[in-house]
Amino acid sequence: MLTLRYILRNLARHKLRNALTVIGVAVSVLAFGLLRTTVDAWYAGVAASSSTRLVTRNAVSIIYTLPISYGERIRAVDGVTLVSAGNWFGGVYLDEKNFFPNFAVQARPYLTLYPEIILDQAQKEAFLRDRKGCLIGRKLAARFGWKVGDPVTLRGTIYPGDWPMTVRAVYRGRDTGVDETQFLFHWEYLNESLRKTTPALVDQAGFFLLGVRAPELAASASRAVDAIFANSLAETLTETEQAFQMGFVAMSEAIITAIQLISVLVILIILAVAANTMAMTARERSREFAALKALGFGPGYLALLIFGESLALSILGTGLGCGLTFPAAAAFGDALGQYFPIFQVSGLTMALQAGAALVVGLTAGAFPAWRAGRVGVAEALRRIG
Amino acid sequence: MASLFSYSLRNLLARRLTTALTAGGMALVVFVFAAVLMLAEGLRSALVQTGSPGNAVVLRKGSKSEIESVLDRSQAAVAESRPEIARGPDGLPAAARETIVLISLNKRSTGAVSNVTIRGIGPRSLELRPQVRLAAGRMPRPGSLEIAAGQGVSRRFKGTALGEKLRFAQREWTVVGLLSAGNTAFDSELWTDADQLMDAFRRDVYTLLLARLASPAAFESFRAAVDTDPRLQAEAKIESVFYEEQSEMMALFLRIMGISLTAIFSLGAMIGAMITMHAAVANRTAEIGTLRALGFQRRTILRAFILEALLLGLLGGAAGLAAASGLQFFTISTVNFQTFSELAFGFSLTPGIAAASLGFGLLMGLLGGLIPAVRASRVNIVDALRAA
Repeated sequence: MLTLRYILRNLARHKLRNALTVIGVAVSVLAFGLLRTTVDAWYAGVAASSSTRLVTRNAVSIIYTLPISYGERIRAVDGVTLVSAGNWFGGVYLDEKNFFPNFAVQARPYLTLYPEIILDQAQKEAFLRDRKGCLIGRKLAARFGWKVGDPVTLRGTIYPGDWPMTVRAVYRGRDTGVDETQFLFHWEYLNESLRKTTPALVDQAGFFLLGVRAPELAASASRAVDAIFANSLAETLTETEQAFQMGFVAMSEAIITAIQLISVLVILIILAVAANTMAMTARERSREFAALKALGFGPGYLALLIFGESLALSILGTGLGCGLTFPAAAAFGDALGQYFPIFQVSGLTMALQAGAALVVGLTAGAFPAWRAGRVGVAEALRRIG
Repeated sequence: MASLFSYSLRNLLARRLTTALTAGGMALVVFVFAAVLMLAEGLRSALVQTGSPGNAVVLRKGSKSEIESVLDRSQAAVAESRPEIARGPDGLPAAARETIVLISLNKRSTGAVSNVTIRGIGPRSLELRPQVRLAAGRMPRPGSLEIAAGQGVSRRFKGTALGEKLRFAQREWTVVGLLSAGNTAFDSELWTDADQLMDAFRRDVYTLLLARLASPAAFESFRAAVDTDPRLQAEAKIESVFYEEQSEMMALFLRIMGISLTAIFSLGAMIGAMITMHAAVANRTAEIGTLRALGFQRRTILRAFILEALLLGLLGGAAGLAAASGLQFFTISTVNFQTFSELAFGFSLTPGIAAASLGFGLLMGLLGGLIPAVRASRVNIVDALRAA
């Protein structure tokens, strides 16, 4: 108890320097937390995948479509319970800066495939009844102030023209990992409109979402689906939703690697700041340590004092840094909203921040503690300065 | 002044370890700062050099990127007949009708799949692009299943080296040539005959028309003509402007990431500098008192300490910049969010970035050292001498 008080009183001896050190550690912990969260945000789509969903797409490339008739043949594959066709619509609301993902999907099977999309029963019925209706995420509704019943017109980029629709339902995610910025509307609306304007694009699906009865059937079902269409004009590639999302992540792997590298550098910066302060502290107090030794305190006790102080510094800094991470992540999430729909600090990130603090506290105190243990009493007392 | 300078410099040398730690922290920050700027600049220059300011592209109205555009044969013919387009020696318009397709290829290093742009070219595509040259082999013959691969693609993807074969769209294509396109986006593309490509993918439409203008001044009338012609439903853009627009989203992302990182990091480095300078002042109270007693003025002491902090910042800045300049040997390849295809670009260091990085280092030193320097200049002579 007395020791703890001694350590805390020591902290107050160099108020400015210790405060600066705490802030330095806090800033680095904050940077580390934000970097980790950014990498997590990249993998959000992978994390939200279900092991009972598969994605079938054109084997040549994601931008090629598949005939809608494939849907029926896929449904007949053993183990497949549900099929929903969908198209990446890529429409723009007013200005290209207002980016949000928008898809045309076969709504009924789609909503069954995605139980994590929670919506009000009455709104769901209204959306399913209205061919020109659309279903939007809670965050997207908040971003543009859209309410149920509002008209929304998207400007097509891949499918030219203006596409008037009405907001019929607003969904929320079952948990925080669900993207609440999506805009979904009826594939049938897209298809019937194309019949009038661009017949070349009619009856084509960009991808099929498949539900399988059990996760262990995923591999056999994927192979079976691809085997049906082998050597046809449009060969398919079927993979689990996770692998499909992972493919998108892998495309930016260079950037992700760079970010991970920088987060390691940040830990080194924390260490440098804390170690510098502890080295100064121990240097200044060598006379004090000698006096304590002369009074009969052992090297273990001195080490405890130094470790205690450096741990106290790093724990204070980490507490402050972790506290700042949440508001900073919220601000960051707003700034990068169009890149990362989900930007939240995970429990693992917090745990890593805490772990880093512990390691930094111990490492920064190690060398000074060892020096203090070896200090010669007579010599240190004689030395001036 | 000279003695002042040498005093500051020798002070830094006297505490080598602390100086190295602090300057190291700053160097790290300047390194990140410079690296991000260089990356954004590399991306920009890759895309700007991709287009020539003397060329115009004609795309479907409202297309944000090449893959969204559609131009059918009659539209291409109408646009090609405009008088603003230069004529070749054979009297035909200097224009090329091209088709863009994305295909998935496997990377050599990891086997991961990524999208690669394959461009169906016309007979004049190569001459319209002075930045692209044939580096090895020969150009694909019109009407054959042959490919010329950009050197960047060829290094990164399986099946794209000279003489190798690729299978897609139910056909087998042979790589017969390698293109060297500097660090432009064309380095990340495969080129083949447009008609063969359209036939393989069963498309009856081109993607764009590329044309060399008779003079840069002719662009405005060309743009207006394309815009107002009811047969076209297309728009014309200067080629270099069009490619620059393709990188906006990516560049913005790099900027936001970079600026926030640098801001947070520099705060940490400034705090490090402050701690170091504070300690330096605290350790040298007696010394400062002696200097004051000898008749040195407060102003001079203030200057000496600020100079010391600036030197520290300069040292960090120079070290960080030196490390960052080594990045010029690396290229980053990633998928451009807007075009959805693989693009490789390098880090490019410009004099402006070098100056900004050194300036940033000096600023960090100044801000970190200001308060301690003021404190040093206010030392009370008698107390300071007694403390010794």
